[in-house]
Amino acid sequence: MSNTVISIKNAVVSYREDVALRGVSLKVKSGEFVGIVGPNGAGKTTLLTIVNGLGHLLHGQVTVLGHRLTRGNGHFLRKRVGYVAQVQNIDPRMPLSVREVVMIGRYGLLGLLRRPGKRDWKVVDEVLELVGMNHLARRPIGHLSGGEQQRVALARCLAQEPELFLLDEPTASLDWRARIDILELVKLVHDSRHLTTMFVTHDLGSLPLACDRVVLMKEGLIWGEGSPSEVLTDEKLSQLYDIPISTVEERRRGTILV
Amino acid sequence: MDLSIFGYQFMQNAILVAFLGGIACATIGVFVVLMHMPFIGVCMAHAAFAGALLGLWLDFNPLIGAFVLSLLSAAIVGPLADRGELSPETSVGVIFSLMLGLAFLFMGLMPGTKSGALELLWGSILTNTRSDIIFLGIVTIVVVGVVFIFYKEIQATIFHRDMALAVGIPATIILYGILFLTGATITVTLRSIGGLLIFSLILNPAAAAYQLTYSLKRMFLLAAGFGVLSGWMGLLFSYLFNIPSGATIVVTSSVIFMIAAVFSPKRKVKGWQQKLLVGEGQ
Repeated sequence: MSNTVISIKNAVVSYREDVALRGVSLKVKSGEFVGIVGPNGAGKTTLLTIVNGLGHLLHGQVTVLGHRLTRGNGHFLRKRVGYVAQVQNIDPRMPLSVREVVMIGRYGLLGLLRRPGKRDWKVVDEVLELVGMNHLARRPIGHLSGGEQQRVALARCLAQEPELFLLDEPTASLDWRARIDILELVKLVHDSRHLTTMFVTHDLGSLPLACDRVVLMKEGLIWGEGSPSEVLTDEKLSQLYDIPISTVEERRRGTILV
Repeated sequence: MDLSIFGYQFMQNAILVAFLGGIACATIGVFVVLMHMPFIGVCMAHAAFAGALLGLWLDFNPLIGAFVLSLLSAAIVGPLADRGELSPETSVGVIFSLMLGLAFLFMGLMPGTKSGALELLWGSILTNTRSDIIFLGIVTIVVVGVVFIFYKEIQATIFHRDMALAVGIPATIILYGILFLTGATITVTLRSIGGLLIFSLILNPAAAAYQLTYSLKRMFLLAAGFGVLSGWMGLLFSYLFNIPSGATIVVTSSVIFMIAAVFSPKRKVKGWQQKLLVGEGQ
């Protein structure tokens, strides 16, 4: 398929005795928003790390943006792939401002020996505006709340002007309001920047409605995929998370999905 | 006060060594403080001490022994901590105790007088040779030059290594480069400050600067300033009160840290945030 931007064929990844991926194959088309759902330890994060070249394949092959990933070209490709992880523990005394942290997103693009110029700072200010963090641009990064730090992480990722947008549980440990804000922002960014997005979560309440496709993962395998309405049924979720179907129904009735 | 002693060549050399060593150690200290790896540095300092003793025992240049063993310790501790195979504290603890054990073993095996070994232990800033100063000058220029040239990569790596890797920065190479420079700095300052004391001159000025600023550039400058100040004031006190220079330099750097910690605006972070919240609420 000509507009396939991520192609994973029979990927096997192992961390010592644990097999994190057991022969996973997946294709993602340009502009798609793919949600990846599964219990803890299903291999979701590992799937993202083999897309941005930080994870090492034991077997199989990964092609990203037309380039087959090898150990040597990962860092070249990562400049074109934005990655947002969970809220990080940042030292409150860290001597870096919000604006400087967002600029780090551009460092890979700039390459060695080049300093950020006026255009780079303009891009940084624009993305800070987009994520609603302009007013905190000069604040030390360690002084922000978890929700604000995730906005900064999104801004840093956008400053990179990526073609792929990988999000690894970006709303984990955030409060309900901050979670909704981040999910709306992710959708806004995906649409306005015409990105291809992979969004990993173990929490169904954090799965954006914007998903075109949902991939279910369990024990290092792709366990099912399809549109959200096809895949996120009580029966499938009961099997995926190993809980009785009555509990799933009860939980879903009691939960407001965002 | 009779300051005529500062006219002598050996004292001028000591002043120059304190200046260069203060800058190099404090610059390395900024990495150590911000990357939360003080014990890797302590471990490397003791490895350098053991390596220098090996050189004295087997009669080759102690600087080479110090450099090789400090880098070897970093090469063992770095990947072990990196891959999470052992907790960093455990691997550093094992290597640290091994290096200390080796140091005392080499000292025990050394025939004849141990004065050379004791000099490496306590340091002797007043007896620097011309080649000591040249080596120190080269390492200081390299350390400052690397920070200047690779500032943005270093900034990203010390902020968050995984994030730096994710944006396409070769953060692992930067980390190992920093460990290499740490080994080189410890090696060239070992004889002046002493194997047991050197790490304080790396840690204290940077830790003091860390108390005072939210700007990384300012932290580098303040740390270097405190490093030089520690060296010069330590030299002065050591002369005035006739006490060992290496120890006086380290005690001075500790006092500077304590003063910075007491007057740190960062201690008032909570109050500052509270004020801001009250302001926003109005």
